[in-house]
Amino acid sequence: MLEDLILTVLMTSVPLVYAATGELIVERSGVLNLGVEGMMLMGAVAAFGVAMVSGSLVLGVFAGAVAGMLTAGLFGILVLGFATNQVATGLALTIFGTGLSGLVGAPLIGKAIGGLPQISLPVLSDLPVVGKLVFSHDLMAYGAVVMVALVAWFLKRTRGGLVLRAIGDNHDSAHALGYPVLGVRFMAVLFGGMMAGLGGAYLPLMLTPHWAEGMTAGRGWISLALVVFASWMPWRVLVGALIFGGITIMQLAGQAEGWTVPSQFLSMLPYLATIIVLVLISRNRDFALANSPACLGRAFHAGK
Amino acid sequence: MKKMIKMMALSVAALGMSVGAAVADPLKVGFLYLTTPGDHGWTYAHELARQEVQAHFGDKVETTFVENVPEGPDAERVVRELARQGNQVIFGTSFGYMDPMLKVSKEFPDVKFEHITGYKRSGNMATGNIRFYEGRYVQGIVAGMMTKSNKIGYIAPFPIPEAYQGLNAFAIGMREANPDAEIMVIWANTWADPVKEADAAKVLVAQGADVMAQHTDTPAMLQTAEKAGIHGFGQASDMKEFAPNAQLFSSVNNWAPYYIQKIEQVLDGSWSTGDGPDHWGGNTWKGMADNYLELTAFENMPDDVKAAAEAAAAKVKGGHNIFTGPIKDNKGNVVIKAGDALDDGRLWSDVFFYAEGIQGEMPG
Repeated sequence: MLEDLILTVLMTSVPLVYAATGELIVERSGVLNLGVEGMMLMGAVAAFGVAMVSGSLVLGVFAGAVAGMLTAGLFGILVLGFATNQVATGLALTIFGTGLSGLVGAPLIGKAIGGLPQISLPVLSDLPVVGKLVFSHDLMAYGAVVMVALVAWFLKRTRGGLVLRAIGDNHDSAHALGYPVLGVRFMAVLFGGMMAGLGGAYLPLMLTPHWAEGMTAGRGWISLALVVFASWMPWRVLVGALIFGGITIMQLAGQAEGWTVPSQFLSMLPYLATIIVLVLISRNRDFALANSPACLGRAFHAGK
Repeated sequence: MKKMIKMMALSVAALGMSVGAAVADPLKVGFLYLTTPGDHGWTYAHELARQEVQAHFGDKVETTFVENVPEGPDAERVVRELARQGNQVIFGTSFGYMDPMLKVSKEFPDVKFEHITGYKRSGNMATGNIRFYEGRYVQGIVAGMMTKSNKIGYIAPFPIPEAYQGLNAFAIGMREANPDAEIMVIWANTWADPVKEADAAKVLVAQGADVMAQHTDTPAMLQTAEKAGIHGFGQASDMKEFAPNAQLFSSVNNWAPYYIQKIEQVLDGSWSTGDGPDHWGGNTWKGMADNYLELTAFENMPDDVKAAAEAAAAKVKGGHNIFTGPIKDNKGNVVIKAGDALDDGRLWSDVFFYAEGIQGEMPG
């Protein structure tokens, strides 16, 4: 039973890991994109639509990534090309994504598809306990961990990662050194969109194989909180997503077990935990700001 | 966005009509939807009914709907707006619109307000409802007979009277069929959040449930049941497509007869809020007997279970009161005495208990 519960925790965390890891890169480059929810929804609707029409889940995943990227591209053009306010543009992107995904998704309502196959590695997945927990997931779940590892490696160990961080911390200096601030930021925004799209795609392809309007139900916002929670460190995103997923599932399991705590309170727990952790992190200023990109949310004007 | 364009188009059309004058103006009817019909559940059923209304009355009636109206203060604004736009009948299709509609109904005494599933009324606000719990009683009987683990999962929405009617009717039916079965309840505190519903369903499966029921709106639970190879019941509309091997049956809400009847009454001037002596006096609360609640075909079950389900359905249609004593709560206290039965009024005030067979404590 516990194994199954843990498995559920892992699955429910996957979309958060994707979206938050993507947003982490965006924020590390100095851009705040509050449109994660909208990009996830666009990814979800595109993934489901394409998977249904083509019958191919792989194409569905691909479509989710592309849709997220296109939505992010719009944000990038506005924020980087026209230097619009990032907060307002991000919020608008969420509203836009919610509306457009609903419109595009209208004909998909009431349709069902089969989910991605679980990949069970022959011998390994038969191992007791670990077998089921470690070696029998769908490809996207493994992909999430791989992406976190890649992003961590990229930020810490590559020249590109250094440039990205430099731009996020001081875009004027980076510009003076000759780095293409807007170009790098645009790539980061596109990457963030792709990841949000993948996270969104996981919902209708794996978690609950149908399309419902607004099915992300706030998971984009949780992903944003996770980035702060993780103090802009990739591996901590993974930890944060698991904690959030764990509390979500724990409160459901607790109810089914007949805990005597009011269910309204239990439903609130995951969000409460997020807030508490954010408060704790923010108390220690050095810790909170250690990795916080100094130019986060500030528009860059090359002329100045 | 979509709805705004739709509404703008409608108001432009209305403008064109008033210029054209001579033709009799259609009766304008507005609907408030909690979500979009995209839930394929609750709101979807209302949308099907609205389409039937439009088809039934043709150009005598002009319907408008506003989607995604949150319950609470925001609803008040939308209701007022619909009234200002000249809608003469306004259907608010969610419990939480009750107080906002009540307030606005006093500002527009000439507009007819129809609130769905609530309990407050005014001189121009009536209540319409379906006896959903009747279907859940039949579900309980089927669940009790189908379960092998004697553990049944139940995803409930918010702790409101309607949810308790359904949960307790389910438990009563289940215990009639199987005195050993137990219900694990998860209050989702949402009407529609597919991922959360799927999570809840997975948790229930992990804890040993082999039959699941839901009072939330999306097919997520049934899809989880299908994947896990167990059984469940669909909510508000037929969800067979999502779970061809798992769905035992769905209780389908059929609002069209109510809408058509009430609009006809407005047209011929006989509409009333039916203020009667008890809570439901003169108002409409019908169920399986009148096809307001319809059960889809009984499937994926052995013949004896099917026969029992049919018998139970026939019994309910014949007027059987499910809440007939003696009924005990899950601590053994008698909540409805032998010889007593809940009437329509008490179904809204005396249902706050966990009937025998439901595990745990009631939420706050």
